Amino acid sequence: MNDAKFRALLDAEEKVESTDWMPEEYRQTLIRQIAQHAHSEIIGMQPEGNWISRAPSLRRKAILIAKVQDEAGHGLYLYSAAETLGVNRDQLMELLHSGKQKYSSIFNYPTLSWADMGAIGWLVDGAAITNQVMLKRCSYGPYARAMVKICLEESFHQRQGYEIMLTLCNGSAEQKAMAQDSLDRWWWPSLMMFGPHDSESTHTEQSMEWKIKRVSNDELRQQFVDMTVPQADYLGLQIPDPDLAWNEERGHYDFGPIDWDEFWAVVKGHGPMNRDRIEHKRKAWDDGAWVRQAAAVSSAVAVSA
Amino acid sequence: MTYSVPQVAGEAESKVTGTETNGVWPLWEVFIRQKRGLAHVHAGSLHAPDADSALLAARDVYTRRVEGVSIWVVASTDIVASDPDEAPAFFEAIEKPYRHATHYDIPDEVGQM
Repeated sequence: MNDAKFRALLDAEEKVESTDWMPEEYRQTLIRQIAQHAHSEIIGMQPEGNWISRAPSLRRKAILIAKVQDEAGHGLYLYSAAETLGVNRDQLMELLHSGKQKYSSIFNYPTLSWADMGAIGWLVDGAAITNQVMLKRCSYGPYARAMVKICLEESFHQRQGYEIMLTLCNGSAEQKAMAQDSLDRWWWPSLMMFGPHDSESTHTEQSMEWKIKRVSNDELRQQFVDMTVPQADYLGLQIPDPDLAWNEERGHYDFGPIDWDEFWAVVKGHGPMNRDRIEHKRKAWDDGAWVRQAAAVSSAVAVSA
Repeated sequence: MTYSVPQVAGEAESKVTGTETNGVWPLWEVFIRQKRGLAHVHAGSLHAPDADSALLAARDVYTRRVEGVSIWVVASTDIVASDPDEAPAFFEAIEKPYRHATHYDIPDEVGQM
């Protein structure tokens, strides 16, 4: 009975809301995915936070602060969406700190130059947008609604990144080389953001059946490549893939094989920054203990006054 | 016709203070979800002795014409509101145009971004 009702909602392209009955596996899948998404926004503040104090101008610094602030906000919208499924935020934070829940592996790469602020906005946020535009059509209402707001804000993120790349590419030879180096380092990890091939992806089929995910990993990756190649051309930069070529027959770009050994190594914790990211997150949480304590005391005083 | 009826002898003083709350049922704010997938939006308020009654009253007052699929009622006293005079402290960004996507000049050639 319940299951038939749930099924009917999905079939009618209606949203499932938090008060509706839902299969336990659907709920668990969403908790896992939304928590990972939230954790990614929060950990994703670190690679860019690394450059705030070294931004090349006051304008770029203000922009970068605004972007990192947005990411904190995105994390909070997403934790709230996860909480509608009956988990609490501290629980999720603990799962992140203990490594029992993951975040996107892209944030386990270091940001070595200012150009990385450009490449991250352009490529990493570009890939995130490709994924998140799809998630606006997710069957779970609170998650889909969070995506609407996030996508709007991500557009600023991507455009400011591309503008940094454009500025560097119109600058000195050294600046253009810096942009190229950054593209060389971020291109493949950005393609990995879409996850394993459809044939290898254990979650895709069920998620698509539940309409949590609407487009497969490989299709999203192809969309991203098709969109990004002309943008790289305009910058006069070379995408680091000798196999990249327009395929007239398919109407898409062909691209070379992804190094899945690297992908799995980073997922399993062996990327260049995995340990630092979590250590930094834990330290920030521990260092903030006195703030949480003070807030609790202060509100207790306000209530009793 | 006019809604301004002349005052005649025996009519009560026209001053009404409205500060008397003894025995008045508490106020509830009503939010309606128009359809699945959309957020609950404020529809209005009403007085009711308790939450369950407020929900029933909301049905009578606000949803007589298939306005939606779900209702929330929230005690008005539980709502904490910002002061409109302090709007600048709560809504900045007018002086921060760089927070908007349109602030960045992206050449048409590179497509939608």
